[in-house]
Amino acid sequence: MMNRRNFLKIGVSALAFGIAGSGKALATEDFAGNPDRLGMLSDTTRCIGCRRCEAACNKANNLPPPKKSFEDTSVFEEKRRPYVADVQSYTAVNRYTVDGKTVYRKVQCMHCDEPACVSACPVAAMKKSKEGPVVWDEKLCIGCRYCIVACPFYVPAFDYSSAFDPRIQKCFMCYKRISEGLVPACAEACPVEAITFGKRSDLIKTAKLRVWGEPDKYIDHVFGEEEAGGTGWLYISGVPFSELDFPMDVGTTSYPKLTKDFLSMVNITLVSWPALLGGFYLMHHKAHNEKSDKEGDKQ
Amino acid sequence: MNEFAGEYTEKHIYQEKEQTGSEIITYWIRDKLFMGLTFKEYFKSLITPLNVVAGLIVLAGAYLIAMRFLFRLSEVTESSNEQPWGLFLSWGLFIGVPFSASGFVIGTAVYIFGLKKYQPIVKNAILLGFLGYLFAVIFLMIDLGRPWRIYYPMIISFGTASIMFLVAWHVSLYLSVQLLEFSPSALAWLGARKLRKVAVGMTLMLTVFGVMLSTLHQAALSGMFLLAPGKLHPLWYTSYLPWLAFISAIGAAIALMIVVTKLSQVFLRERADEHYLSNLDNITLGLGKAASFVLFTYVGLRLISVTHESAWKYINTPFGHWFLVEITILGILPFLFYYGVQKKNVGIVQVSAALTMVGIIMNRLNISLIAFNWQLPNRELFYWKEFVVVIAVVTIEIIVYRWVVNRMPVLRQHPDYIGDEH
Repeated sequence: MMNRRNFLKIGVSALAFGIAGSGKALATEDFAGNPDRLGMLSDTTRCIGCRRCEAACNKANNLPPPKKSFEDTSVFEEKRRPYVADVQSYTAVNRYTVDGKTVYRKVQCMHCDEPACVSACPVAAMKKSKEGPVVWDEKLCIGCRYCIVACPFYVPAFDYSSAFDPRIQKCFMCYKRISEGLVPACAEACPVEAITFGKRSDLIKTAKLRVWGEPDKYIDHVFGEEEAGGTGWLYISGVPFSELDFPMDVGTTSYPKLTKDFLSMVNITLVSWPALLGGFYLMHHKAHNEKSDKEGDKQ
Repeated sequence: MNEFAGEYTEKHIYQEKEQTGSEIITYWIRDKLFMGLTFKEYFKSLITPLNVVAGLIVLAGAYLIAMRFLFRLSEVTESSNEQPWGLFLSWGLFIGVPFSASGFVIGTAVYIFGLKKYQPIVKNAILLGFLGYLFAVIFLMIDLGRPWRIYYPMIISFGTASIMFLVAWHVSLYLSVQLLEFSPSALAWLGARKLRKVAVGMTLMLTVFGVMLSTLHQAALSGMFLLAPGKLHPLWYTSYLPWLAFISAIGAAIALMIVVTKLSQVFLRERADEHYLSNLDNITLGLGKAASFVLFTYVGLRLISVTHESAWKYINTPFGHWFLVEITILGILPFLFYYGVQKKNVGIVQVSAALTMVGIIMNRLNISLIAFNWQLPNRELFYWKEFVVVIAVVTIEIIVYRWVVNRMPVLRQHPDYIGDEH
């Protein structure tokens, strides 16, 4: 959450950048997150598309049973987003064929370092927890769905079929399990260690070691290291990320920055208008009075 | 429909007699609510073909709204996770609010800049603004997932980094400001002379406060989409979104006032006085001149913004063609207004104003619905039930507007308060 100190800090650094005339956005540098925050690493070269992560996620989060069983591979015929995966779900695995190679990619919340959804929420129901997961407080949510509008990864979903308790649905990185010292359900269920759970800083090193260790096997890029200002969920891949429907237009600027300029205008506007308008009013008001004075003199 | 001329003389006759309590109440109700008729007469006067149609529309809408609250949002809307905001917000909030800038635009002209020429329409402008915001909130209530928590951003939990938080605060504050701004007319109707004097005394302060709030939330409404650069089509997404929204809201407000002024001349003639009717042509030409200037600025900035975002490369795509339709309509308007004003042709100015409304409705619909999530396939824009609800709520808004104008001095000066106008 943006508290006053953060707000000031970011404001001052923005000012400093402005004065220095440097247009370069150094997103990750002015983010003072918890250095030990947790994250996940997905290695798409390892994933075999067994969907055990989906099943484990479903069970861990007490979600309703799916219409097609988790062993059914016919679901791969379409590209599923978590929320349209035939029933409420927090994650989905999709199959791609790239140059004759079959590649699987797991989709879920990216747990951004500076999430768009968090800066969108008017009641601070979405929060980047100290531990790393982006969590949601159902006691505060008003159901405005601005988080869904804001998310560049099209992740959060809303329960449109509930009139009295519509919930925001997305992966919470098994926040409860993490608090109890457990590993998130999907990482625990993965039989081939395609999902690794750990400190984000360690995961970046792991990812780079794998990429550098086998440069022919991997694309030289860790998706999420800088995307959207850095995400908690990281990916490495053997085929270009664009082939796996990764949004390549998210840039490296953190999303809250996009509205910061506008929000910093608020105080200026609030101070300027009364002064200006008061002045205008007095100008014509005085002119009016002078005129009536002169009229009075004539009589 | 009764005659207004007799209303106030009648009142004086009642007061000369000794009255019992029940008589006072009966006369008060008759005078204030039933426009001088007995309940039976009033009820009969309501049964007109137009009112029956309006009633049916409202019933259909009320049924659908009940469905939404009892069962689910997906019962009546096409809203989905691919289209989180549907027609309710597009119409009620993103289109309704810019047109409701009428109160602050005309209010500023009259009370701050002292342009007395626009005095006859200022009360109407404020009433339209107030109702626009009130119904924006009503649309929001229908659309919110948990509408019973609508006050949460004000009291319970503050999402200070959110533009929507800003919008929530400003819209609620401005709704109160506009209620107070309109109160002199309501208090004149109720005959509360002392209270009205207090309300009139607050006019300048309220107007300045209204400008502060309006600048920010008009800009903020489109500013909310700043968070969605990849999702809003590049021909509409620009970092100038807030300022484009603010400028076009001024244009929208002026256009609405020209059109409503014309409509009131036709449909509400008997509710208006000479002071109002005799000044309208002159006012329309003045507003037309202002609209020409405002829209010229808007279109210029808009074209610069497309260049700034280097989005011209999308021009030869379906969205590009759709963009051309919108920008062509908005682009010819400044010249059309200018031409009408030069020729002193009120009709041309009125047609231009109606076209401005079309252009700005298109623009807001594009930003909030049509060009949003443009990369996702197979989106349904809205469900017919959503459309019925919108029509029904707009019908209610018109009924409320007519109810107020029929009773309170909006298009006329109250005979007891002439010269004491706020």
